[in-house]
Amino acid sequence: MANTQKITGADIVIRCLEQEKVKFVFGYPGGAVLHIYDAIYNQDYFKHILVRHEQAAVHAADAFSRATGEVGVALVTSGPGATNAITGIATAYMDSIPLVVISGQVPVPAIGLDAFQEVDMVGVTRPCVKHNFLVKDVKDIALTMKKAFHIARTGRPGPVVVDIPKDITAHLSEFIYPDTVEMRSYNPVTKGHSGQIKKAVKLLLEAKRPMVYTGGGVVLGDASEALVKLVRALGVPVTNTLMGLGGYPSTDPQFVGMLGMHGTYEANMAMQDCDVLLAVGARFDDRVIGNPKHFFNKSRTIIHIDIDPSSISKRVKVDVPIVGDVKSVLAEMNELVAAENPKQSSALKAWWAQIDSWRSKLCLDYDNSNGLIKPQYVIQKLWEVTKGEAYVTSDVGQHQMWAAQYYKFDKPRRWINSGGLGTMGVGLPYAMGCQFADPTAQVACVTGEGSIQMNIQELSTCKQYHLPIKVILLNNRYLGMVRQWQEFFYENRYSESYMDSLPDFVKLAESYGHVGMQITQPGDVEGALKEAFAMKSRFVFMDFITDQKENVFPMIEAGKGLSEMILANDIGAEDL
Amino acid sequence: MRHIISLLMENESGALSRVSGLFSARGYNIESLTVAATEDPTLSRMTIVTAGSDEVIEQIIKQLNKLIDVVKVLDLNDGKFIERELMLVKVKATGAFREEMKRMCDIFRGRIIDVADGSFTIELTGSGTKLDAFIESLDKAAILETVRTGASGIGRGDRILKV
Ligand SMILES: Cc1cc2nc3c(=O)[nH]c(=O)nc-3n(C[C@H](O)[C@H](O)[C@H](O)COP(=O)(O)OP(=O)(O)OC[C@H]3O[C@@H](n4cnc5c(N)ncnc54)[C@H](O)[C@@H]3O)c2cc1C
Ligand SMILES: Cc1ncc(C[n+]2csc(CCOP(=O)(O)OP(=O)(O)O)c2C)c(N)n1
Ligand SMILES: [Mg+2]
Repeated sequence: MANTQKITGADIVIRCLEQEKVKFVFGYPGGAVLHIYDAIYNQDYFKHILVRHEQAAVHAADAFSRATGEVGVALVTSGPGATNAITGIATAYMDSIPLVVISGQVPVPAIGLDAFQEVDMVGVTRPCVKHNFLVKDVKDIALTMKKAFHIARTGRPGPVVVDIPKDITAHLSEFIYPDTVEMRSYNPVTKGHSGQIKKAVKLLLEAKRPMVYTGGGVVLGDASEALVKLVRALGVPVTNTLMGLGGYPSTDPQFVGMLGMHGTYEANMAMQDCDVLLAVGARFDDRVIGNPKHFFNKSRTIIHIDIDPSSISKRVKVDVPIVGDVKSVLAEMNELVAAENPKQSSALKAWWAQIDSWRSKLCLDYDNSNGLIKPQYVIQKLWEVTKGEAYVTSDVGQHQMWAAQYYKFDKPRRWINSGGLGTMGVGLPYAMGCQFADPTAQVACVTGEGSIQMNIQELSTCKQYHLPIKVILLNNRYLGMVRQWQEFFYENRYSESYMDSLPDFVKLAESYGHVGMQITQPGDVEGALKEAFAMKSRFVFMDFITDQKENVFPMIEAGKGLSEMILANDIGAEDL
Repeated sequence: MRHIISLLMENESGALSRVSGLFSARGYNIESLTVAATEDPTLSRMTIVTAGSDEVIEQIIKQLNKLIDVVKVLDLNDGKFIERELMLVKVKATGAFREEMKRMCDIFRGRIIDVADGSFTIELTGSGTKLDAFIESLDKAAILETVRTGASGIGRGDRILKV
């Protein structure tokens, strides 16, 4: 697309975003991006969302991407604007979320002179981006933007930073946006090796104790349907990582729950005991398999599908590596399996009997009789009231684990949380991103009184854009996850984990123009949730005063193995 | 085990820091790293000498390949290769030392490239171990200064790393 008329670098940036069909840019202005903001003033290709802190801009763009699959876009100024964005960028990087973050930079001649609001953004972000660029000539803006979007969304997705000095946004050039981009140094593999795929299918069909373990890659690669097809055809048990929830419907009988540190008893036992393991878009994280040595006390054949070769055999040695895009590899596997039309073998029946006996431990049962609001109960009711259809964002801590365990996600891209970096403060901006992505949907932000205060300023953004988010604050007056570890591993020395001097959240919400509610009685939980969700156009902040000392179970201590879980009934949570 | 990894990458500013940053961030060992543009000025060629278990080397190769600017990576240890390093050594060359230094230089097939009143500068190329051996064989007191380039490597015969 050529246009011989010369326009400013700032206008070129806008036109690039238009060409990429960007609908929302989350940002915050400042000196180095003033030309760009001036160009934004005169356009209506996309909507700019003014947040209250650059960290929230990146988180909101990140959630927009998680909810839609599109590339999220954030815009920040140089120096402090850029450094404020770092936590957001690192969060997206750890969970492989495609973003383009545009940062302003001091004018080219001033670079390196410790100019006002100068920070070496390319240097600072290098360890936490998929790639980054410093554009030094107005003529390079369009191609760089094209590459940025291409790199962000292809292969293993990730954030890309484009750092643009102020002077070149004023310089003039023609706008030519290339249709395609070719890079000799970057050509991610998408099609899996068919020999390996055949081998994998054969192993799965012959397995006595097969198990499927899937992660964020299934969600990122939009491969949910193909996964369901394969798992049903094989009749095997399936577990999801924290990042993979919703990739396989949680209410399906073949689903054995989340695995890992706070995974279900049945998922972890099956993971440890299986003889053939199919890992799909999951990276054998330390929170998932526990101690790798213990994992290998039992031998099993591992098949691993991942688009990133470096995810394969990183922490766990794999027998059948398949590098490729999940959707395409699973489709090939489905064809092969369909041709075999497998029947349930007696070995598989016995394996299910074993799994059912693990299930009968009812590891997610909890005692709900002490008259206090149990956080698990709030999440169960949230699931009921929203009919399991809400976007649920979460912050980081105990509440995150309860949301993951008790809200049954049946669809991908509905559970939005920070797994890899575990960033407190994402919850509210994540809810904003989801609500922009799907304006009429129910969006719930499950949070803790610690986490919510890390981006509380966004209550103002929510007011400005009339976002009808429902905040579900599980208020235990503790940095609960920290307190739980101190209880277990530091003999109840609750060092700096009590949250003192909390605000009156009801009044706080009201002062921002929202509805506030405080719920103190278990009997009021369901009614309050119904009341809140009935207010379809209002932002409601629900402060649930929960049982302070509730712990997350099951739990695998750091360094322990998958089958060495602590269960709630082993301990008798009341005695703690 | 010690490995020599050759790679071709886009000759762009910051490319070197992506590689060195990767090694420090992931705690990989780095013995030496040399880099210069190739006959095609848009490409740089880098030689990295590292050490690690097979698993670590496998990860290093994968992580290098993952860098967007990297075009090709080759673990020279996967086949036959030649390794060369250049060293410049300034040594004392007074009295009896003068003859001794000339003799040692000849034995190691070095060249004296600068002669001053009290010193010689010797140029020596070879594998890292040969350069080590030369240093070992000199009287410590005679060494005024040394500088080494780090290894460069190339595959033997038709093992060619090219775009
Ligand atoms: C307090 C806390 C507790 C936690 N406890 C648990 C726990 O109990 N259980 C748990 O599971 N996690 C837990 N986590 C999360 C954990 O830290 C990891 O983030 C998570 O386990 C990683 O999920 P994943 O393996 O699905 O990988 P992701 O980070 O989602 O990575 C996705 C993988 O898929 C690949 N991929 C991407 N796109 C494609 C594609 N198109 N085709 C093929 N492959 C693709 C990527 O290369 C990557 O290897 C916890 C986190 C926190 C903060
Ligand atoms: C930015 C950040 N700082 C510190 C931590 C460490 N951390 C993990 S969970 C947690 C406590 C969270 O408390 P709260 O939000 O009240 O949730 P709860 O665990 O009580 O449900 C802390 C401090 C973190 N994950 N992120
Ligand atoms: Mg708390």
